[in-house]
Amino acid sequence: MKLEELKEKRLVEAINMELLIKNGFVYDPINEINCEKMDIAVRDGKIVESVNERKAKIIDASGMIVMPGGVDIHCHIAGSEVNTGRLLRPEDHFRDFERKTAITRSGVGYSIPSTFTTGYRYARMGYTCIMNPSMPPLEAKHTHEELSDTPMVDKATYPLLGDWWFVLEYLKENQIEECAKHVAWMISSTKGYAIKIVNPGGLEAWGFGRNVRSLDDQVPYFNITPRDILRGLCKVNKLLNLPHTIHVHTNNLGIPGNYATTLETMKCVEDLAQEGKPAIHITHCQFSAFKGEDWKTMESGAAEIAKYVNAHEHVTLDMGQVVFTDTTTMTADGPFQYTLYELSGNKWVNHDVETETSAGIVPFHYRRKSYVHAIQWSIGLELALLIKDPWKIYLTTDHPNGAPFTTYPRIIAWLMSRKAREETLKKINKRARRKSLLTTIERELDFYEIAIMTRAGQARALRLKNKGHLGIGADADIAIYKFNPEQVDPSKNYNIVRRAFENAAYTIKNGDIVAKDGEITKHIMGKTIWLDVQVSDPWKITEEMKAKFREYWTVEYENYPVSEHYLAISNPITIKAEV
Amino acid sequence: MINLYAKREFKYPIFAECITPDNFEGKSAEEIGELKVWEGNKEKKLAELFKVEKIKKEDEKEPVIAIYGDLSKIRMVGAKMTKGQIIIHGDVGMYLGQEMRGGKIAVRGDAAGWAGSMMKGGVIEIFGNAGSYLAAPYRGSMEGMRGGKIIVHGNAGNEAGAYMRKGTIKIYGNAGQFAGLRMRKGTIYIKGNCEERAGACMTGGKIVVGGVIESVLPTFTIEGLKKKVKIEEGEVVEGPFYLFSGDITENGDGKLYISKNRNPHLNFYEKFL
Repeated sequence: MKLEELKEKRLVEAINMELLIKNGFVYDPINEINCEKMDIAVRDGKIVESVNERKAKIIDASGMIVMPGGVDIHCHIAGSEVNTGRLLRPEDHFRDFERKTAITRSGVGYSIPSTFTTGYRYARMGYTCIMNPSMPPLEAKHTHEELSDTPMVDKATYPLLGDWWFVLEYLKENQIEECAKHVAWMISSTKGYAIKIVNPGGLEAWGFGRNVRSLDDQVPYFNITPRDILRGLCKVNKLLNLPHTIHVHTNNLGIPGNYATTLETMKCVEDLAQEGKPAIHITHCQFSAFKGEDWKTMESGAAEIAKYVNAHEHVTLDMGQVVFTDTTTMTADGPFQYTLYELSGNKWVNHDVETETSAGIVPFHYRRKSYVHAIQWSIGLELALLIKDPWKIYLTTDHPNGAPFTTYPRIIAWLMSRKAREETLKKINKRARRKSLLTTIERELDFYEIAIMTRAGQARALRLKNKGHLGIGADADIAIYKFNPEQVDPSKNYNIVRRAFENAAYTIKNGDIVAKDGEITKHIMGKTIWLDVQVSDPWKITEEMKAKFREYWTVEYENYPVSEHYLAISNPITIKAEV
Repeated sequence: MINLYAKREFKYPIFAECITPDNFEGKSAEEIGELKVWEGNKEKKLAELFKVEKIKKEDEKEPVIAIYGDLSKIRMVGAKMTKGQIIIHGDVGMYLGQEMRGGKIAVRGDAAGWAGSMMKGGVIEIFGNAGSYLAAPYRGSMEGMRGGKIIVHGNAGNEAGAYMRKGTIKIYGNAGQFAGLRMRKGTIYIKGNCEERAGACMTGGKIVVGGVIESVLPTFTIEGLKKKVKIEEGEVVEGPFYLFSGDITENGDGKLYISKNRNPHLNFYEKFL
């Protein structure tokens, strides 16, 4: 058969591909389906009402859990920072490598896996859509090159705009509309999905070897405060009708006593929230929920944060859970990474991305017997369990900062089983065990809540219409796990839960079976989702701006934006802005 | 007793982490021959590379492996072993006894780089020369040697004992540059000469140089003169030695003993005493 014919045949096969998943226990929180035995029909990569049972490929999911494909709202998987982390840590790779197979490519892992391995490992766990936060706009091309090389999953990325000079200048003059137009241009030209803010003001101050310590500290040379930046960009977010809220990494992250700053951050946009809609997402909240004066007196501030979040509708969080393992911390928060470097004495990368942001990388080992690390482990779980509404808090590890994403199944086991938590509590630092609130928390999540925290909630927070649910017309991204909720009690058999989530029985992406029992069965490329923000009067590049580019950047304006052909599979979402 | 005879000259690097007493224990010669190794990018059976011979000995409690031939392309021999003995009659490749925890390896030839890398226990004795990075961890890692003993009767290359945390290294020949780089604890004894920058960035532990060293890093301060130094239980080296401490750039408290008699060019330090 000629190549052309073969291609055509494959195409026809793909289009005619029909799939029927029979008799599974379906969890689909967006459509309020809780453990119902039903069939899911798939045609042309979408979920449909029904298919011809005789023609369709049938998956017998009896005794198994069927969920939408996992969505990860925050994981550092691509970009210059991640890549520098890979270069920094050869010792991270040599124990954990994957040989090539007939289908997959070779790669290395553990805390910062290579791009292909990242895709495969997510697919094995039943994840199909992941978000890469913190992309310095200058490094957008690099980030998209790596995202294009991350197979098996759909992905998007958030540009860092909280310390971007132009934004700071507009906000200083209080020109919100102008700022919004500029941000629209930035998001579309860097092919981003949301506004990411890291340590607002602090990164700019770090350029001068300083940091900001509260929401009302002055940012050097700009005469604005972190509060102005947060409120300004929150208004911009609203004017632009962006699907996600502002995605905030708070000030004072990783410093004892910072829970007060976190509360202050959530409060500062309280009045900007529309009824019942979130206005701010506090990411990896565990790192921002420390109480106490210093490391010796550090305690959990999870109860205070949970109390606030339970009483307000405008906040969503993700956990940023710590797992006791060797990992690599990397954030755009340069000053925080410097603190970590001083604490650990480990190797350190520090970087200042021209006028845009900073970055730091430090390898880190979370130890059970360390008081601080054990408290951190406890805080993450406390947050997830004390916040009553699972739609407000999502499961992440801030990969790879708290732990690699491959530890999600362990976290699910901790959330679902008090026994699992107690097993770990026995092994941690004694003083941390006494202080931990976990000993008093009896709540155990069920699969419905886990489905919200790992897929439905995250998809809703990102307003991804076709992801995170199994309703008619949704993308056929489905995960099937080998666990029978009718016969086995997850609270007692947490190891079975963990094993089930580690290797999905089936992962289905766009109607294709891509992984089966932990083996990749098909290599596919995912889409890159980005926002095409349309404003009535687009921001124009002036001669003055070009001159600024020439003066301040190493890159000329003409080379700066990422054009659409740069993305392997582009999936723009058109957004109509209010300006 | 298990004998392995190399069947041919090896051209490509071979990863043979299966050659350990732990893996060979209780297996027949045929079963040992079935073990898998990588030669270049091809997976092979051990029997394709070696003639395997098993001799039964009554008094043998733990397995003893003797290997004959040029093994300089064979890496990871004895990796993670916990007991028994390996005797190599010839040269051996990189990563000999990586992460070993117990037992003994003897090499009657030279060993290439990273011999005893990250080892935690046991003894490695090299009768020829050792390559660079003796007992040093994998690239980028800070987890150095954590126990055990390495004896080199010939010379050692650069960065011997880098990131060392515990244990003893004895080099009866000369050592290259950066001996004891970033070491934290443990003892390195160099009977012969030592190239420059011994003890750079060390924060603890002991380096004893019995031969000539051209200079001591400026970040070490002289503490005194010692008549003799203890290397390990039952082994004391007679001096006199200059005692330096450092590395001050790392707030370190490592001890550097330099032979006084062999290094008359360092006597200007005496005026600081």
